[in-house]
Amino acid sequence: MSHSPTRRAWALSAPALLLFGTMLLVPLIMTFTLSLHSFDFYKGIGSDYSLHNYVAVFGDSYYWEIFGRTFAIALVTTLICAVIGVPMAYFMSRMGSRMRSVMILVVLGPLLISVVVRTLGWAILLGNRGVINTALKDWGLIDMPIKMMYTSGGIVLALVHVMVPFMILAVWAALQRRDPSTEAAAESLGASAWTTFRRVVLPQAMPGVLSGSLIVFSLSASSFATPAILGGRRMKVVATVVYDEFMNTLNWPLGAAIAIVLLVSVLVIMVSWNRLIEARLGKAHA
Amino acid sequence: MRHNGIFAKVFMGLFALFMLAPIIVVIGVSLTPEGFLEFPPSGLSLRWFRAIWDNPDFIAAAWISLKLGFWAATVATVVAVPAALAIGRQKFKGREALLAFFMSPLMVPTVILGIAFLRFMSMIGISGTFFGLTLCHVIVITPYILRLVLASVTGLDGDAEKAAAALGASDWTIFRRIILPSIVPGIVGGWVLAFITSFDELTVTIFIVNPSTTTLPVRLFSYIAQTTDPLVASVSTVTIIFTVVLMIIVDRIYGLDRLLIGEGKK
Repeated sequence: MSHSPTRRAWALSAPALLLFGTMLLVPLIMTFTLSLHSFDFYKGIGSDYSLHNYVAVFGDSYYWEIFGRTFAIALVTTLICAVIGVPMAYFMSRMGSRMRSVMILVVLGPLLISVVVRTLGWAILLGNRGVINTALKDWGLIDMPIKMMYTSGGIVLALVHVMVPFMILAVWAALQRRDPSTEAAAESLGASAWTTFRRVVLPQAMPGVLSGSLIVFSLSASSFATPAILGGRRMKVVATVVYDEFMNTLNWPLGAAIAIVLLVSVLVIMVSWNRLIEARLGKAHA
Repeated sequence: MRHNGIFAKVFMGLFALFMLAPIIVVIGVSLTPEGFLEFPPSGLSLRWFRAIWDNPDFIAAAWISLKLGFWAATVATVVAVPAALAIGRQKFKGREALLAFFMSPLMVPTVILGIAFLRFMSMIGISGTFFGLTLCHVIVITPYILRLVLASVTGLDGDAEKAAAALGASDWTIFRRIILPSIVPGIVGGWVLAFITSFDELTVTIFIVNPSTTTLPVRLFSYIAQTTDPLVASVSTVTIIFTVVLMIIVDRIYGLDRLLIGEGKK
């Protein structure tokens, strides 16, 4: 071979690198500069640079409310996913391989079905005259329909459906690395199933829960389709506000600034969360 | 192997119901003979499936989505396979950074990718074109295919290659005769996963389509935003069936377990 391995590796990566450089890096940088421009309804996007869009976002209680709601929805979704995902991954790890394949299909297969389609399903289930309310009424359990559409609760429910497979995958990966003999030891020493789960399995699943939380939180905080369909016009989150600025108000610089604030706050939360994980796991190993 | 108790079985049953409920409801609603949403349907009718044919908007959008998925997955494969060979088989300076860069579309919130693509394409004048849409989808789906091809590449056994090289085979011959055959399942699995991801993509796409390049998820989304009738359910049911067929194909070629959780059938 005449070339050095390094040169060869870069040559093989060159097409992808070129594409990612022009189609990813440049657009992201342009979005950042866009957020610094001014906007005039008649003159369009200016060519000046200032932080006034960020000042506008941080100075307006409307945006505080939107960001607060978005992160609250993402946080609750993450917690519920962890509470469901840990036992699911644990039970699945104890199944026979045949039933496990079926369960994997049921749990992870929906990941491959469009979020729009799945959210449509939730809209049909949750509406005032939807499947759940109609059934409850028919059984005589309620007189008035329970309001679930256009509420943050409905958004959380559908988001859990979309996100929980990611949590199960992460916990699953952590459980694959565990030592099964520790469980057997706990059981042979007379620990109950619950004690074994809490004292032996859960600590070993924790790294998976923490990394799964990162994925679920960041995806939930920036989710668009589910809150857009189930939240309606009133229950806005950051992604739907950005969409409105770009497609309806046409104030692109302000929309870009909101999106950058979202990106930076998600990154800050993820980095601090990561620090926390490393500190905790470091302590556990020490 | 210890077995799950009754609590575990009930828990899993309820969870499976939760996961399947919205999908079952969509399919159920699509079979109604009535003109409104009802579940369970009062009768069985394919009326709303026939109605799809009378709605050229959905047909055109489905066609765009199919073409887009095909081209985006194919271009992504062409750029991802050599990159995976470099990253998976060689230690070189900048390897980690390169991999992180290629996986980064998964980290950036999709709504930000959407506006970044929109801004960039309107600046260079390819906004809303099929060509531009394809390039954007390539960026979004490359991480998926790269991950699967990387997994096949790192599992390669180097002995056959060394033997071939010792016998005087050229690099190209080694790639074509030894490396390629053993990574084909990974490439095909990655292609299909990339295709499905492109076919379903909404959040990025909704920013960058124009009326003539509107994809099926975008069309469905804007339709649902105005009204929900059995027509959206029947269109959705067709995409569910299509996805399930693709899943069966992947299962045969690559193993669905392996695609979804990175293990299983070998």
